[in-house]
Amino acid sequence: MSGTALEAGSIPAPRASIGPHLLSIADLGHDGIAEILRVAEAFAEVERRAIPKVPTLRGRVVATLFFEESTRTRLSFETAAKRLSADVLSFSVSTSSVKKGESLRDTVETVEAMGIDTMIVRHSSAGAPAQVARWAKRSRVINAGDGWHEHPTQALLDCFTVRQVLAERQGRDPGELGTGCFEGLSVLIVGDIRHSRVARSAVLAYNALGARVTLVAPGSLLPPSLEGWPVEVATDLDAAIGRADVVSLLRLQAERGSGSFVPSLREYTAEWGLTNERARLLGPDTIVTHPGPMVRGVEIAADVAELANTVVTRQVTNGVAVRMAVLFLLLGTDPPAAPDEPRKVPAHG
Amino acid sequence: MAERERSHTRPKGGVFVPHAQVLSSADVARALTRMAHEIVERNGGLDEVILVGLQTGGVPLADRIAGILAQVESVQVPVGTLDVAFYRDDIGLRPVLPEAATDITMDLTGQVVVLVDDVLFTGRTVRAALNALSDFGRARAVQLAVMVDRGHRELPIRPDFVGKNLPTRREEMVDVSEEGVLIGMLEDR
Repeated sequence: MSGTALEAGSIPAPRASIGPHLLSIADLGHDGIAEILRVAEAFAEVERRAIPKVPTLRGRVVATLFFEESTRTRLSFETAAKRLSADVLSFSVSTSSVKKGESLRDTVETVEAMGIDTMIVRHSSAGAPAQVARWAKRSRVINAGDGWHEHPTQALLDCFTVRQVLAERQGRDPGELGTGCFEGLSVLIVGDIRHSRVARSAVLAYNALGARVTLVAPGSLLPPSLEGWPVEVATDLDAAIGRADVVSLLRLQAERGSGSFVPSLREYTAEWGLTNERARLLGPDTIVTHPGPMVRGVEIAADVAELANTVVTRQVTNGVAVRMAVLFLLLGTDPPAAPDEPRKVPAHG
Repeated sequence: MAERERSHTRPKGGVFVPHAQVLSSADVARALTRMAHEIVERNGGLDEVILVGLQTGGVPLADRIAGILAQVESVQVPVGTLDVAFYRDDIGLRPVLPEAATDITMDLTGQVVVLVDDVLFTGRTVRAALNALSDFGRARAVQLAVMVDRGHRELPIRPDFVGKNLPTRREEMVDVSEEGVLIGMLEDR
């Protein structure tokens, strides 16, 4: 028990430093991920309230810069920012000056000149958010998915959801479990790993938390090189699926040309999809995750998507709390960025 | 009077070095009993009274007051907890992080809420708590119970029930625990 002694005395210091940007799970490490999961629990409680909104980031401005289409990630980030009382500006390529040929750099400088505190960037090119972060003078940058590279908040919400389910089964508080529940957990990632930024972030996150990650995919949909990846690779989905505590399905990314990497969708589904027959091989407690959007009938059978251990809807719900935590940790623990020049206040007579 | 590690105290934690014991644990127990009786007296009973302990120091005190109320009035008063981190006005000025859970499951509309904290200092925590409470309904009244009022208020806030009025210097630190109330300084490790 600690006394609220000095006013300052009641305020805990951050347990892990996060920021200034969130570009990759690798920036966070075990402690950073643990801290985001911990703070996200507090925001999950806020979401359960009658009025799920807190004034924490009042006056801050968050801009979503999406150079690639998205439904849930953009809505999730915007909901998160609004529940923190931040102002949200939404930018999409189709209605912007990018159509007129404006470069990424000029777009970023324009947005930043308006006094934006955080830019949430999705781009089809890997590394674009990192480049934006280098250009940014005062704003924080959050990677909301860049090409085949990473999608850090998706991996964080996957971990958050898995922990929540494990805690519920034990009748405990997710916060109590800390990250110990990931120790030795067997995670199987299935499908289009080559084109999946979700898989890259998930591998890093699960590995940092102590889980064992196995990839299973047709050879053509594995990355060209797995050197340095802390993973095992399985070739037989039926054999691997029974041993997994968590099965993470990925979408076959037709827009990135995945279609040409497999002979036919039907063959892909038969070999690598979570069909009804294959779902019977799942352990009774195996959790099935999918980052969405699901293509039912391809990587997951329609009925499997409705099983109790399939947590896709819950992942979407938790995404808001996790993104609230990320926004709060990047913006709420640091002083507001100083303007380039101090404002001159005329002296009073 | 043992020195105490305070790892979560801003900015990097430190060691709380006590100078003097202000209240013994028996004194704290007596003060809580008196405050419990004052709460009953002020509200003419305990109908529609809810205790809300402020995280983290106020929570055990709220539980103890509820225990005393159960003994003297044979009424089990609902007890909630509140973490005000998201409502603070110093977000962005210094690290502010949620420390512990908020747990208010009841609608506060029409209820008398007694906020319980260990130390009342600038009043900014209470200000944040008042804002937070309004998200849980419109309480008929909000009252404030603190174990120690150490002065130095920065807002027009006063407690309704006080364990001990304790004049302090600003840079001093007050520590309330099961061992009693200590006054001292936070020093670097």
